Amino acid sequence: MGWLLRSMNSSIGKKFVMAITGSFLIIFLIVHLIGNLTLYFGPEAFNGYVETLDIIKPLIRVIELVLLLSFVYHIIYGTWLWIENKKARPVSYKINASSENSTFSSRWMFWIGSIIFIFLVIHLSTFFYRFNFYDPEGLADQNKYYNIVVGFLQMPWYSILYIIAMIILGLHLHHGFQSAFQTFGWNHKKYTPLIKAIGRIYAIGMAGAFASIPIYFLFFYGGSQ
Amino acid sequence: MSSENLNLTLKIWRQKSPTSVGSFEEFKVSVSPDASILEMLDELNNDLEREGKIPVAFESDCREGICGTCGLVINGHPHGKIPKIATCQLHMRNFKNGETIYIEPFRAKAFPVIKDLIVDRSGMDKVLQAGGFISVNTGGVPDANEIPISKDVASHAMDAAECIGCGACVAACKNASAMLFVGAKVSQYSFLPQGQPERFQRVQSMVAKMDEMGFGSCTNTYACEAECPKGISVINIARMNKDFISAKIKSELTEV
Repeated sequence: MGWLLRSMNSSIGKKFVMAITGSFLIIFLIVHLIGNLTLYFGPEAFNGYVETLDIIKPLIRVIELVLLLSFVYHIIYGTWLWIENKKARPVSYKINASSENSTFSSRWMFWIGSIIFIFLVIHLSTFFYRFNFYDPEGLADQNKYYNIVVGFLQMPWYSILYIIAMIILGLHLHHGFQSAFQTFGWNHKKYTPLIKAIGRIYAIGMAGAFASIPIYFLFFYGGSQ
Repeated sequence: MSSENLNLTLKIWRQKSPTSVGSFEEFKVSVSPDASILEMLDELNNDLEREGKIPVAFESDCREGICGTCGLVINGHPHGKIPKIATCQLHMRNFKNGETIYIEPFRAKAFPVIKDLIVDRSGMDKVLQAGGFISVNTGGVPDANEIPISKDVASHAMDAAECIGCGACVAACKNASAMLFVGAKVSQYSFLPQGQPERFQRVQSMVAKMDEMGFGSCTNTYACEAECPKGISVINIARMNKDFISAKIKSELTEV
């Protein structure tokens, strides 16, 4: 297996690991969003959705494991690449014209990703932790999942954090989506403009749809009754 | 032909030796708008020599944009702001009177400064030595057009082969990655039948050497393509990625 590790740890191998884990996370976000949108249909729909996930728990745990590995590899390899790439230019330019030859998101992927990582920790420590491990008696009512979520999203600082995080996620996806295709070697005169367009729609769609939920509960939601 | 001279302030990177600490030195020059930036440096060096000072060291050879020897970073752009030209083709008419121009060497760990604006680009030669060739059996001269190659394939190979190996892609990349250069060199052979026997060995050896020389990885910012004097497309990087991954999966070589 030495050859596999050596391949993965070469420059292109590391990019490939980023692309493959990133692709999985891109697909996961779609599923995650569909689940989240049930919040718009009231407590029953959302609780029903969470309980359905509970019923198929063994399958969910397998998916969670793949998800965990994807995140871990994406974060570790991303950081590793960033450190190596920094080392490749020990003396920087006095005048940097990179804003004229590349996009903002492509140049700041590491920092954008780092902010998303901080958001991810906060996100998991509130919702994932509460849904899976922490079950105070007071929340043991019928609509508990829905109430936990709405309770958090009605806190302005928490909702605003989510909205900002989703804008940043959109930037990350905007570069990441088409970048993954390039890394896989799928660059074609006919299809690459289409891939880039889909990537843009995907990034804006994901950021907008995810952010719409905290916006709704913060500004427009009047209560469950 | 010539209009009025331009008065410019130059801030040029001066560094005595690879190990010494460099800094910018300021020069005031008056130059014809018809001069190229290298001719301006020639004039500056004449003046410096006349005054008994050490001239600014920079590289150039053909001065018609085909050899890839010259390479300066001018106001943050390798080969200057104008797309698809080499430094020697950049004329002073593209600058405004009174402008300050920063001239820096290509900056990368793999390109150590030798003196002033001259960097050591032999890292790229070593990548080429690792696999940028085809093996041809000795014997009689083969007949022309013995192996049919379609126009499309020949054109793609020639587009990749347009790379002059100047290193501007490395200079432009935020990661000092040489993937556009290596991608172009891998592609130019992988298209043609003559390149097939060593195709998968080549890509693995060249990428391994590229990593060893201390070039960074690609973040797909595509700054390289934007700054390349020959407009080499990042599609060549995609081709290299594809060849590299399939080589790693399919080939039985485990040592590269």
